[in-house]
Amino acid sequence: MPEPGRALPQPTPETKHFWDGTQAGELRLQRCDECSHTYFPPRPFCPKCASRKVSVFAASGRAILDTYVIHHRKVPGFEPPYAIAVVKLAEGPRMMTNIVECAQTPEALQLDMPLEVVFEKQNDTITLPLFRPAKG
Amino acid sequence: MPHNTVAVVGAAETTKLGVIPDMSQIQLHADAALNAMADCGLKPKDIDGVATAGETPVQIAHYLGITPTWVDGTSVGGCSFMIHVRHAAAAIEAGLAKTVLVTHGESGRSGIGRVPRPVPASSLNGQFEQPFGPMGPPSLFPIPVLRYMKTYGVTHEQVAMVSVVQREWAAKNPRATFRDPITVEDVLGSRMIAYPFRLLQCCLVTDGGGALILTSADRAKDFPTKPVYILGTGESVETPLVSQMESFTSSRAFSVAGPTALREAGITHKDVDHLMIYDAFAHLPLYGLEDLGFVPRGEAGRFIAERNTAIGGKLPLNTNGGGLSYMHSGMYGMYALQESVRQMRGIAPAQIPGAKISVCHGVGGMFAASGTIIFSNQKP
Repeated sequence: MPEPGRALPQPTPETKHFWDGTQAGELRLQRCDECSHTYFPPRPFCPKCASRKVSVFAASGRAILDTYVIHHRKVPGFEPPYAIAVVKLAEGPRMMTNIVECAQTPEALQLDMPLEVVFEKQNDTITLPLFRPAKG
Repeated sequence: MPHNTVAVVGAAETTKLGVIPDMSQIQLHADAALNAMADCGLKPKDIDGVATAGETPVQIAHYLGITPTWVDGTSVGGCSFMIHVRHAAAAIEAGLAKTVLVTHGESGRSGIGRVPRPVPASSLNGQFEQPFGPMGPPSLFPIPVLRYMKTYGVTHEQVAMVSVVQREWAAKNPRATFRDPITVEDVLGSRMIAYPFRLLQCCLVTDGGGALILTSADRAKDFPTKPVYILGTGESVETPLVSQMESFTSSRAFSVAGPTALREAGITHKDVDHLMIYDAFAHLPLYGLEDLGFVPRGEAGRFIAERNTAIGGKLPLNTNGGGLSYMHSGMYGMYALQESVRQMRGIAPAQIPGAKISVCHGVGGMFAASGTIIFSNQKP
């Protein structure tokens, strides 16, 4: 369900593949062809060895909850209290996100809990990767 | 690099701190600069180097009537001023300028003459953090805290003690915004902002500014003020995205800036009489104490809760009350530098008797940047 008012990303040439991916239901990461480093956010080169030979791949969507705050103030597109979370993907990189299908409380949001990605369409061009408690 | 070759000869804050609705931001810079020049008997024509953030060196040099041979507009958040001092010391040593003015002024609360800077949607922050609901530092800066607390078993009560102890220091400072004592219960009972942080664990928002004037240590004896020498300096940056910090239990920028300064100064932790750790939020002193090596990993919460940084403790910290109780206009680094200088001059409201060495450590952005300046009042 689109949320009116939430700040939305504006893709750039270097991040287009990522935002095309979320629209297609894929969480895309990049891995360096030379040193195998997997990284985020998107760049057309490896931030470890500076190689320009990198490949895009679809990540598993599995992650754990690394840390978060529960914001108690009103922000456009959000109803407080809501968590602003950082998840650690199974492939290594971390990303900021929100946790859905879960009470926004310290009791429900346990650090290290397993999560899986869900894609929430915002409008015709932007779909955001959010995470929910892993099922099964 | 500088080893006791550069000194602070002029230092002052703005005439007023707190709520200043009748001064625009650039005038706050100027008010502090005029006070600093008066402090050491200089005029604009005597200044040949300008460093500033919040306004640009072009605006400040023009407004104050200065013709510089060296400028620095490094703008990486609140520790920019530590980095300005570091760069100014290098410039003076290299002969690029003789007398450098560093200015800060910020209408953080009243917003007079401030240009709003929204986060562009195409920036890294705009694409990968803003869509997930942050609104300013209180919703971003505390993000690492829960992981830190879980890793080291630090309790909410221990984190609350950071605010309690600093309020005790603020009580001794007539210019502090908040001076009434608070308890752990007061802190944990204050309005929740971004769990785990409540209102009393977040910095103030006020108006004010400060300025420093630096020159070579040789020239410092010609000035009416007690020279404060720069023993060591350090700086670093990490990431504009708090979600991309290498570790949530340590700041990489702190871990580079602080130890670099300590190594350059050639001192041990035991030599430090006074410490400032920029406390935009209550967890920053915890990271600072550990990343600078004052305490072992995970021990900072207990160190503060056991009152080692309190009045009478072995490591006086944030003796002005800090960003949590003294003042905080958005970028706080200059106020930390001012308190270190006052302590070295022997004129601080909560003066540490006989203090010889002060470490002044700052953060910029959400752990994005760091700068450390180590001061001494011992003639080289």
